[in-house]
Amino acid sequence: MAKQIVKMTLNGQQIEQLVDSRTLLVHFLREQMNLTGAHIGCETSQCGACTIDIDGESVKACTHLAVQCDGSDVKTVEGLAENGVLHPVQEAFYEEHGLQCGYCTPGMLMRSYRFLQENPNPTEDEIRTGISGNLCRCTGYQNIIKAVQSAATKLQDNETASA
Amino acid sequence: MNAPVKTPEERQAELQGMGDSRLRKEDARFIQGKGQYCDDIKLPGMLHMDIVRSPIAHGRIKNIKKDDALAIPGVHAVLTADDLKPLNLHWMPTLAGDVAAVLADEKVHFQMQEVAIVIADDRYIAADAVEAVEVEYEELPVVMDPYAALEADAPVLREDLAGKNEGAHGPREHHNHIFTWEAGDKAAADDVFASAPVTVSQHMLYPRVHPCPLETCGCVASFDPIKGELTTWMTSQAPHVVRTVVSMLSGVPESKVRIISPDIGGGFGNKVGVYPGYVCAIVSSIVLGKPVKWSEDRIENISSTAFARDYHMDGHLAATEDGKILGLKVDVVADHGAFDACADPTKFPAGLFHICSGSYDISAAHCSVKGVYTNKAPGGVAYRCSFRVTEAVYLIERMVDVLAQKLDIDKAEIRRKNLIRKDQFPYTSPFGFEYDSGDYHTALEKVLDAVDYKALRAEQQEKRNDPDSPTLMGIGLVTFTEVVGAGPTKMCDILGVGMFDSCEIRIHPTGSAIARMGTITQGQGHQTTYAQIIASELGIPSEVIQVEEGDTSTAPYGLGTYGSRSTPVAGAAIAMAARKIHAKAKKIAAHLLEVSESDLDWEIDRFKVRGNEDQFKTMADIAFAAYQQPPEGLEPGLEAVHYYDPPNFTYPFGIYFCVVDIDKGTGESSIRRFYALDDCGTRINPMIIDGQIHGGLTEGFAVAMGQQMPFDEQGNLLGNTLMDYFLPTAVETPAWETDYTVTPSPHHPIGAKGVAESPHVGSIPTFTSAVVDAFAHLGVTHIDMPHTSYRIWKKLKEEGVQL
Repeated sequence: MAKQIVKMTLNGQQIEQLVDSRTLLVHFLREQMNLTGAHIGCETSQCGACTIDIDGESVKACTHLAVQCDGSDVKTVEGLAENGVLHPVQEAFYEEHGLQCGYCTPGMLMRSYRFLQENPNPTEDEIRTGISGNLCRCTGYQNIIKAVQSAATKLQDNETASA
Repeated sequence: MNAPVKTPEERQAELQGMGDSRLRKEDARFIQGKGQYCDDIKLPGMLHMDIVRSPIAHGRIKNIKKDDALAIPGVHAVLTADDLKPLNLHWMPTLAGDVAAVLADEKVHFQMQEVAIVIADDRYIAADAVEAVEVEYEELPVVMDPYAALEADAPVLREDLAGKNEGAHGPREHHNHIFTWEAGDKAAADDVFASAPVTVSQHMLYPRVHPCPLETCGCVASFDPIKGELTTWMTSQAPHVVRTVVSMLSGVPESKVRIISPDIGGGFGNKVGVYPGYVCAIVSSIVLGKPVKWSEDRIENISSTAFARDYHMDGHLAATEDGKILGLKVDVVADHGAFDACADPTKFPAGLFHICSGSYDISAAHCSVKGVYTNKAPGGVAYRCSFRVTEAVYLIERMVDVLAQKLDIDKAEIRRKNLIRKDQFPYTSPFGFEYDSGDYHTALEKVLDAVDYKALRAEQQEKRNDPDSPTLMGIGLVTFTEVVGAGPTKMCDILGVGMFDSCEIRIHPTGSAIARMGTITQGQGHQTTYAQIIASELGIPSEVIQVEEGDTSTAPYGLGTYGSRSTPVAGAAIAMAARKIHAKAKKIAAHLLEVSESDLDWEIDRFKVRGNEDQFKTMADIAFAAYQQPPEGLEPGLEAVHYYDPPNFTYPFGIYFCVVDIDKGTGESSIRRFYALDDCGTRINPMIIDGQIHGGLTEGFAVAMGQQMPFDEQGNLLGNTLMDYFLPTAVETPAWETDYTVTPSPHHPIGAKGVAESPHVGSIPTFTSAVVDAFAHLGVTHIDMPHTSYRIWKKLKEEGVQL
C-alpha cells in the first residue's frame, strides 16, 4: 500500500506522519494519533459523531482521507479545552445536561464550537438547523439546544469582558 | 478558629442526595473526548476481525473458497462453520431456548447472516479479505410474511429442527411455528364477548424497527494462553450473564473469564444479546493467542442485530353501550425471524405482553401469541421497553380509541370511565399482575387542564367545519401503565439465573465510599444517581461516592441494565446495602457516644444523642472508628453487600397528550404540542429524569413517524443505512413539555419505579392516536405506522380529502 507523508497542525501541534493513502482521517486520528474522541457511528457521513474542525470548517472525519489534511489546521475535541480550562461549549453541555451516553458528544461539541463562530447569536430554529448534521439518540436535542444557547451567551460575555 | 456551624439545610444540600438535580459525574470525561468505548481499546499485537455475510435471505451454501483471502499479506485466518464444528461452536443456544448459527452451517437463513470470519493485521486488510472470500449459494424460496410462513406448503426454514415437535415453550404445530403462548382466562373472556352489547375489533401491525444506538456493537477479546484467562471488553448491557454464557460455551472456568463493559454509546436493548461476532472474536483470540477486535459497521448493526417488535396484532374489546369495558381478547402473530433469540425471561416467550389490559379495570381477558420463523434477522426484544410492554400498550391504547369512536364517546371520557381507581390499588389485573400503586385520574385531569383540552377540541371542530382549512388537526391521548423492574426470581430468570440485582458498598476510613453494581449504565447516569441514593441513606456527600459497574471481576453478579430495571432492582439493592451499613454505623456511634442505640436519632449525616444536640457522630467520624476502634464483638470495617430479589415488578404510568397538524395538500405532519406527564414514583434526579424523557419521546417519535425495516420479496432489507433508516435530527424533533406526579411504589425501599422506557412506550400510541384523530371525522379508526408524509398523503387521497 502506498504510503504518504502528511504534515498538519493537530490541536496546535505541528505533526508529520506516514500514512497509507487510503486511511480515513477518523482512523488516522483514532488509531495512529490515539485521539479517540472522534467516534464512528455510521461511516457514511450521516451521524456526525466523527465531526472535527479543519481549517475553520466542520468536517466529518469518516469520509475524509488523512492525506487530504496535508497542510491543514485540524482541531479535535481533545483540543477544545485550553490550558486545562474548558471551552464554553464544554461547560454548557455539562451544565445543561446536553449529553447522556456521550457518544455523539465530541461531534456535537465540535459542531457547536464552529457553528457559534458562524452564527454567534442564533435563534432556536437556527441552532436546530445548524446541528442537524449531528445525530443524538439519547437527549432528544432539547438540552443540547439549551446548551448551545447557553454557550452563545457565555462566548458573548467573554467577548464583552475582554473588549 | 472554628469552622462556622452549618445549618441542617446546608448539610442537606451538601449531600446532593435524592431529589437533587445534581450535574452528572460522567460528563467530565465525555466532554473532553476521554470516554473509553469498546472501539477505543487498543492492545499490543491486536488483530482485527471482519465478517463475510450472506447477500441472500435463504439458500444453501455450496462452496466457500478461502484461498484468495488467505493469500493477502496480513491475513491470519479465514474461519467457517466447518472450522467451528470440532469445537461444537458453530451453533449456540439462545436465551429463548432455541439455537442460533454462529456461522451459517450449510444454509443461510437471512440476508447479512454471518457466513465466515477473517482475521487480519488491521481493519483495512480484514475488509479486503472479506471481499476476497468467495461463497457459492443455491437460492431457496424466501418467506418474509409470518402468515405465509404458517401455510401448509410453506418452505421449511429450519431444517435443523426437523422432527422436533416440542419446542422450549410447548408443542410446535408446523415446521415454521416456534410456540403459542397464552395468558388470561379464555372461557371467561369468551363468555363476556358472547353477551356483550358492544364489541369492536381492529387488526394492527407494529412494524419491525431497530434500536440503532449511535455506537454499534463490538468487542476486544484477549485470551492469555499462559494463564488460561480470557478478558473481553464488550458492548454489553449484561456483562455478568455474558460471562456465564461465554464460560458455558468455551469451557473456560467462569473465574477465568472477565467481561468488561466499558463506556457504552447507547444500548436501547440492542446490546443485550450474545451475537456471533462476539463469539467469533473470542474463539479467534483463543485459537490465535492474540487479542482480536471486532467492530460492527452500521449496515451490519441494522441488518443483523436485535430488532424490535414485528407484532401482527388483532385486538377485540367488549363493552356496555355507555363505554364500560367488559372484556379484552388479543391474538398476535409474532415474527421472530430465523432463530428465536428473544431476550425474555425464560418463562415468558412473549415477554410481559400480558400487561395488555393496560390502565383499565377489565374483568375478563385473554391473549395468545404465536411465534413464527421467517427469513429475517433474529432478535426480538429491544428498543427501550420492558419485554414487549411497548406492543401491549400500543394494542390497548389503540383499542380504547377504537371503542370510543364506535360509541361516539370522547377519548378522555372513556378513559375516565375505565381507568383503575386510586382506591383499587394494589390492583390485580385479569392477567394476574399486581399493580403496586397508581393515581391515574388525578394525573389525567392535570394534563387535560394543562393543555386546555376543551379549547383544543373546539378548535378542532372549527377546522373540521371549515372546508378552507389547509390542515387537519388531530388530538392524541394515552393513559399508559408499564410493568418494569424484572423481576421477582420466582417468576423471572435468564438461563436459570434469577433476575435479582446487586450492590456492594465500602465506606473508607476517611468517610468516602465506593459502590459496585451488577448493572451497567449506557447513558442513564448511574454514576450520578446511584451515589445520590447512598448520600441520602448514609449522609455521605455524593461527590465522594464512586460508582463502578461493568467489570465482572470487581462488580457483584447482576443481571444488567435493560427493561427499566436498574432503579427498581439495583436501586433497591443500594438502599438495602446502605441500610446494613447504617445499622452497623449506629452500633459504632452508640459505642463512641457511650449511650445505647435507642438513645440515638439519625439526622441527615449524623447520629445525635436524643435531647443533647451537641453530642453527635457524623458518618465520617463513624467510618474512621470502624477501622480504628470498633466496639467489642463487632468486626472492623464498614461495608455491605446486598442481592435484591424484588417482591414484585413496579408499575410506572403516564398520561401523554399530543396535537398534530396535517397539511391536507402534502401529508406533512407537524407536532404542535406534546405534553408528557410521568409518574415514576420517587424521583432521584429530576434533571436526569427529564433528559431520559426527552430522549424516550424522541425515540418514540422516530418509531411512530418514520422508522421501518422494509424488505422486498427476496428478503433484501431496503433501509439499512442512516441515509434510509429514520433517526430524527434536531430539525424534525418536536419540543417536549414534561410534567409529573409522584405515587411511590409501596414495595420498593425508596419508592422508585423506573422511568427511562415510559416515554418510548407511552409516546408511540399517542402519535398514532393523534394522526388517526385527524381523520376520525371521516370514519377512520386506525392507521398503521410509520406515519410518514407519503403514507399520510396516500391516506388523504384515499379518504378524498380536498385541499
